[in-house]
Amino acid sequence: MATKLPRKDVAIIGLGWTGSILAHQLTEAGLDVVAIERGPWRDTATDFSPAYMQDELRFRIAHEFFLRPAQASLTFRNNENQEALPVRSWGAFMLGNGAGGAGIHWNAETWRFLPTDFTARSHLTQRYGTEFLPKDMTIQDWGVTYDELEPHYDSFEYLCGTSGAAGNLKGAVQQGGNPFEGVRSRPYPTPPQKQGFGHTLFGKAAAELGYKPFPQPSGNLSEAYTNPLGVKMGPCTYCGYCEWFGCGNYSKASPQTTILPVLVRKSNFEARCECEVTRINLNAARDRATGVTYVDTSGNEWEQPADIVILAAFQLFNVQLLLLSGVGKMYDPKTGEGQIGRNFSHQTMSSATAFFDKTKFNFNPFIASGSIGMCIDEFNGDNFDHGPLGFVGGGYIGQVQTSGRPIENAQVPFDTPAWGAKWKQAVKDNYLSTIYAPSACHGSCYSYRTNHIDLDPTYKDRFGRPLIRMTMDLHDNELKMSAFLTDKYAEILQHMGANRVEKTPRKGPYDVTKYQTSHLCGGAIMGDNPNNSAVNRYLQSWDVPNLFVQGASAFPQNAGYNPTGTVGALAFWSAKAIKEQYLKNPGPLVHA
Amino acid sequence: MQQSSRRWFLLSSAFALLWSSTHALGATIRGALPFFSKASPPERVVAGTWKYFTSDEATLMEALVDRIIPTDPETPGGKDIGCVVFIDAQLAGPYGDSAWLYTNGPFHKGTKEQGPQSADPPAVQYRKFLAALDHYCRSSGTPFVRLGDDKKDEILHGVEDSKIKFDGIDAKAFFATLVKDTQRGFFADPIYGGNKDMAAWKMIGFPGARYDYRDWIDRHNERYPNPPVGIADHPTWSASR
Repeated sequence: MATKLPRKDVAIIGLGWTGSILAHQLTEAGLDVVAIERGPWRDTATDFSPAYMQDELRFRIAHEFFLRPAQASLTFRNNENQEALPVRSWGAFMLGNGAGGAGIHWNAETWRFLPTDFTARSHLTQRYGTEFLPKDMTIQDWGVTYDELEPHYDSFEYLCGTSGAAGNLKGAVQQGGNPFEGVRSRPYPTPPQKQGFGHTLFGKAAAELGYKPFPQPSGNLSEAYTNPLGVKMGPCTYCGYCEWFGCGNYSKASPQTTILPVLVRKSNFEARCECEVTRINLNAARDRATGVTYVDTSGNEWEQPADIVILAAFQLFNVQLLLLSGVGKMYDPKTGEGQIGRNFSHQTMSSATAFFDKTKFNFNPFIASGSIGMCIDEFNGDNFDHGPLGFVGGGYIGQVQTSGRPIENAQVPFDTPAWGAKWKQAVKDNYLSTIYAPSACHGSCYSYRTNHIDLDPTYKDRFGRPLIRMTMDLHDNELKMSAFLTDKYAEILQHMGANRVEKTPRKGPYDVTKYQTSHLCGGAIMGDNPNNSAVNRYLQSWDVPNLFVQGASAFPQNAGYNPTGTVGALAFWSAKAIKEQYLKNPGPLVHA
Repeated sequence: MQQSSRRWFLLSSAFALLWSSTHALGATIRGALPFFSKASPPERVVAGTWKYFTSDEATLMEALVDRIIPTDPETPGGKDIGCVVFIDAQLAGPYGDSAWLYTNGPFHKGTKEQGPQSADPPAVQYRKFLAALDHYCRSSGTPFVRLGDDKKDEILHGVEDSKIKFDGIDAKAFFATLVKDTQRGFFADPIYGGNKDMAAWKMIGFPGARYDYRDWIDRHNERYPNPPVGIADHPTWSASR
């Protein structure tokens, strides 16, 4: 039996990027806010010590900072005809845990989506006709436009201190930036990071082939920066221990380095870590959230009443909590009815490995940052004519090698034996002269009728609740796109002077053991009416108007970029709507 | 890699109770950035006594890792560089018993795309495989450790290609795990028992646990000249070890 705690104005589930942004915005509005986080409290000085953070085994291989599958996992199958089995150890994606969430371990690639990404269905059907899209593809417009989000992208970038080169400043295309990006109102807060040898050579080769290369927008900062909250960050040292690691230099944008130091000093904020929310409580009519129930480290259950509930967990667990709490209706792929769990998507990643003459090329691959790299955007979104190609979507392409940590990055030509003297010699011969960037082709992943999330009938979590069940496969459209992007990337590597380029386009079926970014999207998507979405354009639940569901679970499909910039922008956009509209007149912000 | 979880529990509970007796157990953060943490430096793995393997198993393991990473004139092989010391310590920790993983049943063999579904954690798989390999070789007349290198490789290729199968264990899948773990021991920080004297890092030119390359980001196509450092290892310190 849960013990009831005193009421709060706002209960936030999860203290990652979106939970931190919402907590800051809503405490600024004078509300009394509690954030309930299932993982531990973590901070730079205490947890990301530069004396032992550079440890590939502990943080990359053994996954120390991540949610442990023992704590919560999911089941997976490719299609309805298979029995889903539990994901026993992480593979295809890595799930954050604790204060800061995935904002601790990310690479900090801080992109904006293209304006046409937000109107995907209407734009593509207008340009190519309604018959061009595959029949079971369920992409849709977001219900919010790039222009509406622009000020909020700007807020997130200035919060983070993002380092980059503007490509389109108030409509004027800028040399050295991404000419395809949407209009931005002002430059990036800090100049681009420096680039290593391999990254620079890629940019040069791409330019020679007629593309317009630009430095990847980076949340690893090029110089010291003080953000609008007064929090100071230091310059990145290119240590090569970024993704999977916490930054000991205060150089990587994270809730810890941008918001939490200000937030925890506020008298109207409190964080409860190592407390896991097990359900959102609803009134009898199921049209109002009364608060949340959570379990602490000793197994005791507590009820936290709140006037507003912000669901700010990771995508999978947002969907799980909605389903377990009875918010809305579970999606049924057979009938197409129900909104919770539909339009699940991921990211279609591919690459090529390039081996160079070791007597002429020395890349020092260990000198890198998490979001270093030179990229091109000619083949993203609808920046190119898909008519003759027979697929939609795309992605940025870049030499974005982020480390030379040897367990993961000691690559050998593919015909090398997996072990023995020849393997050892090949590692020695190729380590310094190989370009290996597994996320070089950052392909979109569109949504389909059959890719969805529901609850598993067999497997349970540590509280005895059903695990989430993911039904996911790659479709021909994405496989064609991946082959196309991989070919384009390989051409540039070849032009750099590689001896040998081994292509690895994404192949089906979707494999839950193979890492392909942690960019899981959808399941509680946004849209313009309750018949095509779980939340409205302000991320407010259609069914429960005092519940706002943050994060990439709102993406109707995933674009060819890393999602965090858009996740951050949506959080600021949603917070503004709560502060300026909802608080004055609590109720639905969009009338269906 | 193991945490002092009891100490953390006491600290965090005290912290929570300090603020309010009505609050739940956990860690309540308010008012100021706290300075407490679960984090701790890694513990150094020291060769000497086996933590998991029996001495017979360790001897067989040493023969195996020396075929997976053979010695050459410049760089030691799997045994001398400490791969078995590394794997032994890993199997005695949370990797060995899958403590951090999802281990609820039922266990069914799924598709390749659904990932490993064995009910046996790695420590049990190692024990079963080593016993099966030992039995296989002794039945043929000669223990694995006494075979010539070519014969050893022939058997391992047979396992790798499913030409040699053992009862009660997926030997092909296990062998891939053994190769992966051996290579991890070769390349991981020496604090975990392998990569002795950072020999694997020296072999490839990886400078190890350094944390600042700002002076080097602009020096393109130039070999980085400084020797590797480990979390607890530096070339100039090794005289005292």
